[in-house]
Amino acid sequence: MEQFMQQVINGLSLGSIYALIALGYTMVYGIIKLINFAHCDVYMIGAYVGYACMTFLHLGLIPSLCISMLACMILGVVIEKVAYKPLRNATRIAALITAIGVSYLLEYGMMYFVKADVRTYPPLEGILSQSFHIGGVTLKAMQILIVAVTVVLMILLQIIVKKTRIGKAMRATSQDQDAAELMGINVNTTISFTFALGSALAGAAGILVGVYYNSIDPLMGFLPGLKAFVAAVFGGIGVIPGAMIGGYFIGIVETFVSGYGSSMYKDAIVFAILIIVLIVKPSGLLGKATREKV
Amino acid sequence: MKVKNLMEKPAFRKFGGIIVLYAVVQLLISVGILNDYYFATIVTIGINVILAVSLNLITGFTGQFSLGHAGFMSIGAYFCAIVTLRVPGIPGFLLGMLAGGAAAAVVGLLVGLPTLRLKGDYLAIATLGMAEIIRIVFQNIEITNGAAGLSNLPKFVNWSWLFLFVAGITVLIVNFLHSSIGRACISIREDEIAAESMGINITRYKVTSFIIGAFCAGIAGALYATYFPIIKPDTFGFAKSVDILVIVVFGGLGSITGSIVGAVVLGLISMLLASWTDLRMVIYAILLIVIMIFRPQGLMGSREFSLAMLKRAGEQLNGLFHKKSKKEEN
Amino acid sequence: MSILKVEKLTKSFGGLTAVSNVNMYLDQGELVGLIGPNGAGKTTLFNLLTGVYKPTAGTVTLQRGGSDQVISGLKPSTICEMGLARTFQNIRLFKDLTVLDNVRIAMHKDVRYGLLSSFLHLPSFVREEKRLKEKSLELLRVMGLEDKKDELAKNLPYGEQRHLEIARALATNPVLLLLDEPAAGMNPAETARLTELIGWIRENYKVTILLIEHDMSLVMKVCERIFVLDYGMIIANGTPAEIQSDKRVIEAYLGEDVANA
Repeated sequence: MEQFMQQVINGLSLGSIYALIALGYTMVYGIIKLINFAHCDVYMIGAYVGYACMTFLHLGLIPSLCISMLACMILGVVIEKVAYKPLRNATRIAALITAIGVSYLLEYGMMYFVKADVRTYPPLEGILSQSFHIGGVTLKAMQILIVAVTVVLMILLQIIVKKTRIGKAMRATSQDQDAAELMGINVNTTISFTFALGSALAGAAGILVGVYYNSIDPLMGFLPGLKAFVAAVFGGIGVIPGAMIGGYFIGIVETFVSGYGSSMYKDAIVFAILIIVLIVKPSGLLGKATREKV
Repeated sequence: MKVKNLMEKPAFRKFGGIIVLYAVVQLLISVGILNDYYFATIVTIGINVILAVSLNLITGFTGQFSLGHAGFMSIGAYFCAIVTLRVPGIPGFLLGMLAGGAAAAVVGLLVGLPTLRLKGDYLAIATLGMAEIIRIVFQNIEITNGAAGLSNLPKFVNWSWLFLFVAGITVLIVNFLHSSIGRACISIREDEIAAESMGINITRYKVTSFIIGAFCAGIAGALYATYFPIIKPDTFGFAKSVDILVIVVFGGLGSITGSIVGAVVLGLISMLLASWTDLRMVIYAILLIVIMIFRPQGLMGSREFSLAMLKRAGEQLNGLFHKKSKKEEN
Repeated sequence: MSILKVEKLTKSFGGLTAVSNVNMYLDQGELVGLIGPNGAGKTTLFNLLTGVYKPTAGTVTLQRGGSDQVISGLKPSTICEMGLARTFQNIRLFKDLTVLDNVRIAMHKDVRYGLLSSFLHLPSFVREEKRLKEKSLELLRVMGLEDKKDELAKNLPYGEQRHLEIARALATNPVLLLLDEPAAGMNPAETARLTELIGWIRENYKVTILLIEHDMSLVMKVCERIFVLDYGMIIANGTPAEIQSDKRVIEAYLGEDVANA
């Protein structure tokens, strides 16, 4: 039972990270139907910006988090404007390859500038370095922080998407871009805004992973990115609450497989779940099936 | 009789062109102009031609977006290596090739049956997941020696073998695309609902095309494992699947000649960039983005989408082979 | 002798019942029209007959070679193999392929060579391909498209695309042909030509034809019998003359007030 609770706690921390990344995938896919392969590298850049803030500027976690989110937001918008916008009317495969190109550019560009070495975040001080022991279960202060930051960001995101004008524009554009444009919505601004939001969340995930796992490298984004995408598909791609549920589900499954079974196969199991979900319910947990008009 | 003569003529010319290409390269190797370093590039290009042509069959012609082609390649490579490490000589080589292709085809069937009901990006992600599972399995089982991979593999592939497999597979696939079954596959790309309503069993032909593609990828993997001395699971990761897709899209989806040109051009670019180790991938990434922005339809575009044009493209194939050999002369 | 029997056919999409409890029959060799206001469920009915949609309830039976076969619930490709072919209202040609290929693909189910011959182009391939090509060209000649055999389907003018749709459906060698608005978008001269062609096809290919059409001049001229669909239900069935004077039909088309006036 204690081990079970421990796995749930670890799973929630990991799941928070996946959920934050998955939100970016799902929002971008929802609005321009592109699997933004570069998204996982925005997350990596977020981790490096956080690293720079904390190591060289000696800033605290929260200021670093904000800077990192801002930097990723700008990066996300620039990527969209430079690489994706010219391809908005091209085939899906061409857009996808561009996304992969951007992903490679960020990974290997980063590798060129900061070298491939693994870097470690500075150790945390004060309350954040504490652990609490409740029964046989260890609860780190960092884990509480990760989940808390994630929940706050998700609530903010929900408010933006549901209550604001731009959020309404996002939802309208994802339903039907042409109709939204005819209704006077500035589609370009809306798409940029979507990238900004998603990238900021990825930046937050990057720095949280940095302080939690303590090591970062230029290729750190690939696998979490893939799993976060699985999370988005699991929840129903394009559906924001789906990405959150999917993120936590994948996080918990992964920690349980590592904890109870073989950690070597944990990634294989995540992908097996993906394939099963796709076959059983391709539209995901909360997604709606669409029908082609004949 | 008159009709028959006409039909034989282009076929004869095509055959002649292929023989000339073979002879020229063989000559260059014999007199030592093409050294081992260049030959390794030629082998890589040849393997990539098979991979690209077979992925093009699945994605460009049948319209099923696959991001897991390297998974089939790895199955071919490992099965072949396991055979050649145990059975010596040419019989082992041929048995290995067959085992590699057949194993990949069987996995293609097992993967294709459930997943080919998915469309577009969903299929791409499912095949990507499948390839990752294959990689993780090879990384963790004993017979493949885990992450370290298999080494000291016997070398069999020379120019003649390479040529036989690359030209053979390309010709067979072009023939297939010119047949009624090939046209049925293309009709699926064009419009699934119309194809189904015209009596085309779309599941059957999607799976057929997927199995043929997987078989060829298996052969490509087997060629890899009988030329290069080491195979590792990481060689056949996501990046390799992307490389193959890039060749296909760069050359033009639905264009066999495009895939060949794509494999040759990208192979040469990669050779030229080899000395820039640090910036190689950065330049490759920028190239990808620039090419997709300025020519999203690829080099050849969709020019072979029509079958009548495929026929003309068959003749272009000749010209192409000539060009290719000229390039290598320089 | 009826070739097609539809019994209590129903299709619901969520809460909407698009086709409701439809009963109809077609006799061998008949040319029957299916009319009704927009959104009445005509195309949905076609989609049910051809297997594109699975019915919520009811059966479709095709009489073939003296025995009845239930076709509802089967795959579209199987239904096509059993002799039911169709055209599409919104034109679904294989638009990046040539006119000839569009027709040849529809003949695929009758091709008698296998995978091996496809790869190696054995004599069986050469023989069959020759037969396919001749048969396709014959059909294209009938539809007036022989000169365009090497054009891409998407480059044909609209009217010719509709003709190609019919040629492609005929290439599957059907016993029952469903035409979904074959004259849509055609000018009166083209429609008149098509009207003649449809009659000619029925005589020469010995097919039974069911057609959806809004152009009443065509329907009234060629159809022997007409079904009228409104809100997913068959509201009338009779000869053109009977349908023209049917009060419920006039109501359906023009609204109750006009009909009563």
